[in-house]
Amino acid sequence: MKSASPITGRVVRLADDVNTDLVLAGEYLNITDPDALAAHVLERFEPPVADRIGPGTILLAGRAFGGGSSREQAVLALVARGVGALVAASFARIFFRNAVNLGLPAVECPDAWWDVADGDELTIDLASGTLTRSDGTVWSFPAPSPFVADLLAVGGLEEWTRRRLAIADRT
Amino acid sequence: MHRLSGVVLSTRDGAASHARGLTTKILARHGAGDAEPGALAMVTCDLVMMNDVSGSLAMRAFERMGATRVFDPERVVLVADHFVPAKDVRSAELAGDLRRFGERHGIAHYYELGRTVEAGIEHTLLPELGLVSPGALIVGGDSHTCTYGAFGALGLGFGSTDIASALALGEVWVRMPETTRIDFVGQPGPWTAGKDLILAVLRQTGSSGAAYAALEFTGDVVDGLSVDDRMALCNMAIESGAKSGICTPNDAVLEWLEARSVPRGDTLLPDDEGYDHVLRVDVDGLPPLVARPPDPADVIAINELPSGLRLDQVYVGNCSNGTLSDLRQLVAGLAGRRVAPGTRLMVVPASNAIHRAALAEGLTETLVAAGAVIVPPTCGACFGGHMGILGPGERALATTNRNFRGRMGHPESEVYLANAAVAGASAAAGAIVDPRTT
Repeated sequence: MKSASPITGRVVRLADDVNTDLVLAGEYLNITDPDALAAHVLERFEPPVADRIGPGTILLAGRAFGGGSSREQAVLALVARGVGALVAASFARIFFRNAVNLGLPAVECPDAWWDVADGDELTIDLASGTLTRSDGTVWSFPAPSPFVADLLAVGGLEEWTRRRLAIADRT
Repeated sequence: MHRLSGVVLSTRDGAASHARGLTTKILARHGAGDAEPGALAMVTCDLVMMNDVSGSLAMRAFERMGATRVFDPERVVLVADHFVPAKDVRSAELAGDLRRFGERHGIAHYYELGRTVEAGIEHTLLPELGLVSPGALIVGGDSHTCTYGAFGALGLGFGSTDIASALALGEVWVRMPETTRIDFVGQPGPWTAGKDLILAVLRQTGSSGAAYAALEFTGDVVDGLSVDDRMALCNMAIESGAKSGICTPNDAVLEWLEARSVPRGDTLLPDDEGYDHVLRVDVDGLPPLVARPPDPADVIAINELPSGLRLDQVYVGNCSNGTLSDLRQLVAGLAGRRVAPGTRLMVVPASNAIHRAALAEGLTETLVAAGAVIVPPTCGACFGGHMGILGPGERALATTNRNFRGRMGHPESEVYLANAAVAGASAAAGAIVDPRTT
């Protein structure tokens, strides 16, 4: 039930065009253990940020966050590292899907990309579509569609599909 | 089980337009009905494909979902192509897991180098097998699934959990795209190919200018393109941020389908007004283009590059440009010369069928005699996996589709993207050169 209550965390600010190769390099795609994947998150990003990514981190990126490869390992690694939410000026479509499918909130808010600094503390409220900084500044974003909100509420597409299959079994 | 396809999951406000592009028509036929751009809809899948990398997570998610069988074993395709031949123990486990999943669920379409006669890189292999037909909706656990647009099919790339859900349900959720028609104007110059057409598009869109859009390629040049060039064109649609890229089937495609006994169905045609945006791309007299690292959309004409960019490696292969046409262009670019000292030439025929054809045609012999190494049909080094990884400070020219930082190896290595003729001329010169002047 990740989306039911607001998410608060400290921002690690990235850049424009952070593709999935940068989030998790191809050489690690033969790994399936989430914790082992998590060890390599953003390890090639310059300047180095990997050491600051941990439980509750909110990753803030610019345009086209997660472009390129469909590798879900990239999002799985972020989740395993404890990342609480993603905020970006815009997302590449597969990366956005992978995030919400794994129950990781992904919010498009170009204004926040311009205004929010590295290290700021943010609270994300999906239900009201607001981002609030600890100094009280508020940015708004389009709240997730009911379907995406549903996916996030049950924890992702895996659980959503499990419930559909279970219902089908009973009927 | 109750299907959700046909149920629109959300809508957006706005006036409905009844004119539709090819992509929207295909989605409509698969359950999206009249859903407008921006709306979410459930659609049915004609084919679900996964590989050893996307499959590794998808199979686990499938089990955790409590799924006991795939929606239709005949419409699931498993291709071990990323880490084959196995590069290490973990890679061997991935391909083994994929094969055992296929056996457990009665999936006949399993392909692996050395194990099956037909094998190779997924997006080259599926059309060769006759599994891609016009109007089909194909869901693949790989971003370059958009390649099937070459055949008038809608190929959509997804991550592993989407694939697991599609395997269980035969359906997938989609956001209805806006459609952008790409009108190519004019005829490209000599030594160009499908690669240069899509690089010309990327030069205009940048890496996210077509975000979420369905691209539909039109123009006289597209009508006359070979199947191989159409695949190269559609393959890199995603590098613009697009959801997909597609062309209406032409004679070359129809002949290809007939040769493989693929039913044509009733071919869908786009409506003239069925587009949200139109982008004109002037390709008249187009020179060979090059994408500079670390951005596939940082494209310039080859003659505008600084001269003397020395190359440690030339890599011809992958799902965009490892076809028989590419191998012929490579040989033409080499023009009887040997690979320059100090440069490696790695050639990856994208499938066993292409490998056999290249042997029969004498291309392989010419390439090996010139100093090239022939790598088995694998995704290999394209994504930094294995078989041609770059060391620190090394520079490569590749016919692949991505040149992100560290894409083919060390973060301080560089990859320039270009067509196979440029690759041939550059391999002989040991530096990036213009095949028109060498």
